[in-house]
Amino acid sequence: MSDNTINIDGQTVPFLPGQTIMEAAMAAEVYIPHLCHNPEFTPHGSCKLCTVSVNGRSAAACTMPAAAGQQILNNTEELNANRRALVQMLFVEGNHFCPFCEKSGNCQLQALGYYLGMMDPHYNHFYPARAVDGSHPDVLLDLNRCIMCELCVRASRDVDGKNVFGLTGRGIHTHITVNSPSGRLGDTNLAVSDKAAEVCPVGAIIKKRHGFAVPIGERLYDHKTIREVQTEAHK
Amino acid sequence: MSFELETAKEPEKLKRVVIEPVSRVEGHGKVTILLDDENRVHQVRLHIVEFRGFERFIQGRPYWEAPVMVQRLCGICPVSHHLAAAKAIDVLVGAKHLTPAAEKLRRLMHYGQILQSHALHFFHLASPDLLFGFDSDIAKRNIVAVAAAYPEIAKQGVLLRKFGQEVIRLTAGKRVHGTGAIPGGMNKNLSKEERAELLKDIYHMVAWSRDAVHLAKKLYVEDLERNSQFGYFRSSTMGLIRADGALDLYHGGLRAKDAMGQPIFDHVDYSGYNDVINEEVKSWSYMKFPFFTAKGTEEGWYKVGPLARVNNCDFIPTPLAEAERHDFVAYGSGFPIHSPLAYHWARMIEMLHAAEVIKDLLHDDDISGSDLVTQGERALEGVGVIEAPRGTLFHHYRVDENDQITMANLIVSTTSNNHAMNEAVRQVAKQYLDGHTVTEPLLNHIEVVIRAFDPCLSCATHALGKMPLMVEILDAEGGALDRVYKDGSGDVGCGA
Ligand code: SF4
Ligand code: FES
Repeated sequence: MSDNTINIDGQTVPFLPGQTIMEAAMAAEVYIPHLCHNPEFTPHGSCKLCTVSVNGRSAAACTMPAAAGQQILNNTEELNANRRALVQMLFVEGNHFCPFCEKSGNCQLQALGYYLGMMDPHYNHFYPARAVDGSHPDVLLDLNRCIMCELCVRASRDVDGKNVFGLTGRGIHTHITVNSPSGRLGDTNLAVSDKAAEVCPVGAIIKKRHGFAVPIGERLYDHKTIREVQTEAHK
Repeated sequence: MSFELETAKEPEKLKRVVIEPVSRVEGHGKVTILLDDENRVHQVRLHIVEFRGFERFIQGRPYWEAPVMVQRLCGICPVSHHLAAAKAIDVLVGAKHLTPAAEKLRRLMHYGQILQSHALHFFHLASPDLLFGFDSDIAKRNIVAVAAAYPEIAKQGVLLRKFGQEVIRLTAGKRVHGTGAIPGGMNKNLSKEERAELLKDIYHMVAWSRDAVHLAKKLYVEDLERNSQFGYFRSSTMGLIRADGALDLYHGGLRAKDAMGQPIFDHVDYSGYNDVINEEVKSWSYMKFPFFTAKGTEEGWYKVGPLARVNNCDFIPTPLAEAERHDFVAYGSGFPIHSPLAYHWARMIEMLHAAEVIKDLLHDDDISGSDLVTQGERALEGVGVIEAPRGTLFHHYRVDENDQITMANLIVSTTSNNHAMNEAVRQVAKQYLDGHTVTEPLLNHIEVVIRAFDPCLSCATHALGKMPLMVEILDAEGGALDRVYKDGSGDVGCGA
């Protein structure tokens, strides 16, 4: 066995020095469920959906560097059950009403719910009270649907160079804030063409007045699972 | 204003009968009847608890969400809410005239909805009562029994409904809770293949709808005396009307006529509905009682829905339905027909019209067009009105400059018919219950008349004859004297 391989569910996967397990897996078209990870951004390691077992210990595949000889379990019933529970918790912590959400069919949270066989929310809904911020002319911020992946924070800071979004609070009170004196999106220099305006994996940051324009049947996850979509994207 | 049998003089001395479907589709309805020791009826009320939480819930939401969100309001006619909201939102985005493709696709969706809802209403919910009798064995009062006794009728009913649902699926993306209508137009057209798929069956649908009109007529006229008197009352009527006086269930101005068929108002721009309609609040009901402002609460109540529409229009713009309309109005000898049971006959005429409209649209190449959305100058307020299967449906929204909804007001057809249904229930109680020992078959008469207007108040599971129903007769102290109940399996029991 070469020095630069890891083993995922019995499959030998090569890696380049410096790659994370996630990166090596995706390059080999091995799907590891993930939500806060986006290959265009530095890993964040917050949602824990990508948790795999590395030599018997749990680790986040998106942040854990690949190392020669790692024996990794990924697509197991137990790990997927844990992932399903995490997705369920995300559903009840926010207000996710898929039937009338414009992100439906294009939403990673919803797609993961389907992929992981989530049939119901299982936990009690929190029904948090969160206001919608429509003050920006072209971008709507609906934190009811935020899953705190911080992709918007990373995109605005690292790509747009603007720092429009930030994170504040602790534990269950953690939430995304807008960096303007009023706290309103309309008072920032966010532009609709910014990376931060398109990176949200759910329907929390959306471009205004485009909702439902794509008919059912032509949306990203209408005919493909998130596994198929995300592994194909790597080809 | 109080009406005969609306409020008893000394209610505390009377026993109370409650008809309460335990599970239901939209809103929440129950009937209470106060009787004295001789079983004379003193007070009858239909209470409907409207789901108004929606108007609060939608505040703050972006306006383009409304047409999709409002579909959660009703399990039977979500498409009507979808389209009424979309029409209101069209106004907000300045889409004064939709493109021909979008307008026709919306109509196609709407008439698909009319077809499926009318089929469900008549075949699944009403036909058991009409075919087997109002006081027939409860075990027979369902579509399964209809299928056993009249297999061809039941089959056609099921397939008509299914066809309407297919039309909805192909225009909205899904059979329920689709997304087809978007601000200023539609998000999809119909491909040649999709049209061909529907065209394969549409001629059957037209023919079967015509048979259904004849069946509804036969059931009505074979005991004309009883049926025309059943729950009879007269009232004003209202509905949308096309500029040339044609029946149009998708768009038009508001037309109202009095009980004798004389115009009250006509071709009123519905964005000014507030000028012609007002809503009265009564202490005993959560649902408001709308009335024509010009006529006041006493005279101004009205009914909506198929009977109102077929009475009110000058003509139906498709030939087969128009011929049936002629036949229908002849029974009124120059006056509007007010018998609640005539709703079913009128409903089937509309279903035939819907099938004919769908047929014509399927042959129209515009529905495969690709110019689907138009927009214009933004507005902050919009009203959308449509003739839903059960009657006129109003959606009214205001938004702020942030595109967020600040106000929503809906008048659903059930609300418009609130007074009329109360009146019908009182008439039936007077005709059939007064002085009799209350039994389940007698109480079914009450449900029969409610179902003439509105299937949503009876429970959808009644389609299988399993509407859970509890009737309690209480003495003055509130103690149970007797109890008749139907449980979820349709079994009937008795005893206190
Ligand atoms: S707004 Fe979207 S991108 Fe930003 S943290 Fe929330 S879910 Fe992630
Ligand atoms: S994807 Fe790895 S922690 Fe979120």
